[in-house]
Amino acid sequence: MVEMTRVDAVREIAAGYAAQRGPLLPVLHAVQDRFGAIERGDLVAVADVLNLSIADVHGVMTFFHDFRAAPPPTHVVAICRGEACQSVGAERLMADVRADLQEASDVEVHEVFCLGNCALGPSGTVDGRLFGHLTASRVGASLPGRSS
Amino acid sequence: MTRFFVPGDAAAVSVGADEVAAALTGQPGVEVVRTGSRGMLWLEPLVEVDTADGRVGFANVSPGQVGALLADATSVCSREPTASAGPAPEADHPAYLGPLDEHPWMTRQARLTTARLGVVDPADPDDYARHGGWVGLRRALGMAPEAVVEEVVASGLRGRGGAGFPAGVKWRTVAGAPGPLKFVTINADEGDSGTFADRMLMEGDPFALIEGMAITAWAVGASEGYVFIRSEYPHAIATMRRAVETARTGGWLGPDILGSGLAFDVEVRVGAGAYICGEETSMLSTIEGRRGEVRAKPPIPALSGLFGRPTVVNNVLTVAAVPSILADGPEAYAAHGVDRSRGTQVFQLAGNVARGGLVEVDFGITLRDLVEGFGGGTRSGRPVRAVQVGGPLGAYVPADRLDVPLAYEAMADAGFMLGHGGVVVFDDTVDMGRMARFAMEFCAKESCGKCTPCRIGSQRGVETIDRLVAGGTESDRRANLALLQDLCTTMERGSLCAMGGLTPMPVRSALTYFPEDFGLSADGEPR
Ligand SMILES: Cc1cc2nc3c(=O)[nH]c(=O)nc-3n(C[C@H](O)[C@H](O)[C@H](O)COP(=O)(O)O)c2cc1C
Ligand code: SF4
Ligand code: FES
Repeated sequence: MVEMTRVDAVREIAAGYAAQRGPLLPVLHAVQDRFGAIERGDLVAVADVLNLSIADVHGVMTFFHDFRAAPPPTHVVAICRGEACQSVGAERLMADVRADLQEASDVEVHEVFCLGNCALGPSGTVDGRLFGHLTASRVGASLPGRSS
Repeated sequence: MTRFFVPGDAAAVSVGADEVAAALTGQPGVEVVRTGSRGMLWLEPLVEVDTADGRVGFANVSPGQVGALLADATSVCSREPTASAGPAPEADHPAYLGPLDEHPWMTRQARLTTARLGVVDPADPDDYARHGGWVGLRRALGMAPEAVVEEVVASGLRGRGGAGFPAGVKWRTVAGAPGPLKFVTINADEGDSGTFADRMLMEGDPFALIEGMAITAWAVGASEGYVFIRSEYPHAIATMRRAVETARTGGWLGPDILGSGLAFDVEVRVGAGAYICGEETSMLSTIEGRRGEVRAKPPIPALSGLFGRPTVVNNVLTVAAVPSILADGPEAYAAHGVDRSRGTQVFQLAGNVARGGLVEVDFGITLRDLVEGFGGGTRSGRPVRAVQVGGPLGAYVPADRLDVPLAYEAMADAGFMLGHGGVVVFDDTVDMGRMARFAMEFCAKESCGKCTPCRIGSQRGVETIDRLVAGGTESDRRANLALLQDLCTTMERGSLCAMGGLTPMPVRSALTYFPEDFGLSADGEPR
């Protein structure tokens, strides 16, 4: 079997949604789920298949926080800074986690505003997994190879 | 076989429910059912067990306690409930709660919309039927669509997404709009911090939302529906998608719903991490595949919404209330509540609170009863200082104003806002200057960018609060305070939507009730 190029794969994803109403967001999600990011070439292919301008697709992609132009590092930690989590120490948690992971080039730490777990804060996710009553040491223990 | 009910709700999972379920699965004589959560979130993972005496609960179960749980579950009938909260007396035995239906935290509630939450298997439409599901839809399909609309009007149901617009009146507009293609869209963006009821309902009782959507479709003449769920909710997305497929297979969705001739289908769409997508016109643009910028109204979505067609936009809780209204009649629903706030509100107790979770009660309960009665005060044990009601755009209510009744009118009269029913508790260590700054920071980060007062004003707001709190001479502080008040007024008057328009609410309430945190005297003057 011939290896499919990335462009072909993206075109196939886009074509799979083309018959839907408003297919662009589902397509962007599907491309990012598959490749971890939406790169320039992907964007061009999506625009072509969906019959949109590249500028339009780019404009939509950059409007939303979720979409990335480059893939994330191996691990992603998201700490909630919503008010409910702040009331139980989210700012402190964020500072501690950032300090702990300062040197770790394979971990991205970023803020989010509410994960819908506001009664059990502070909340956060480690590689997509949701934690309540989160602590900095729990973050460390949840990152493979860092349990100290 | 003994049935163990372990929540698959994201909050329960965030504190270990999956591990408990895994430890129970495969034990001899054990059947594990993954339910939603009852909403007693401080007790999660909360496991229920079917016993000869009915269903009983165990709190804060850890995987290591599963052995003891199995032993307790068979001998439990002889025991008295040992605790209502907190760790069990013996560390290896989970705290026994007795029947949850008799637990005071539950019996004081009026669970209409969330009656089945944590009780039913969210993957099983027949279990839904055994607990009163599909009754409202069957009744609606036997009525004229106009009559269904009028029942919802008569129930007094108002939108639960924040603005509180009467649902039936909105439906009437859509029903009366001409055109062969109409949409029902569900706003499940739930971006407000301190809120999680939409999520819990979708994860614990998804067929209630589907049934409500089918009734809405019948009432307004819509053929297609969308549920727009924020990407931060992967559990809800998965549960809703599975439920939609199951409903289609079972004939509760599709070309001929329950043989009535109603053709209606639903698709789940996923957001992409932008708070503003909860604003209805932004949500519609996002579903269409455009930038999620807010559109000016008119045209209102009811007349020209998704793809320019007449569209219902309602919150999850609004539409999930509809099946019970149709099943039990509008009078039964309207019998709950006060003034023009009819029915129940699903409150979410969050933040620094001892007993956080989901509380569905009649409108009119005082904030104090919610925070102290249900919530048990702060989790830290320190005094309550402020309570933010209604999400990031809601006011900070000071501890001495907690007797305000939670209803649309009473809250507005007091200068507060009910919003989506989020209640976030802060203890006396909170710095209200920082919280006011955060309100502006959040607005600056999440503004859709369309109007200057919101986009630039919020950035100026952050800087001005920084300067005000930093101090300086009395005239500096006087100038900064005046500037901040001006900025708030400009945002309130010049913003296209409530993002910019209401961000001043938390800021001004912080200034009014907590002037000392800004270096101001009690009368709000620089000192
Ligand atoms: C900034 C902003 C954010 C909003 N976020 C939500 C939301 O997350 N969920 C929601 O149902 N409504 C939200 N709304 C309100 C919607 O615009 C709209 O009023 C609501 O979805 C209508 O449904 P309802 O009448 O059932 O409440 C938001 C409004 C604004 C201005
Ligand atoms: S107030 Fe803010 S979020 Fe609302 S339309 Fe204007 S810029 Fe966009
Ligand atoms: S505020 Fe952090 S999860 Fe909601």
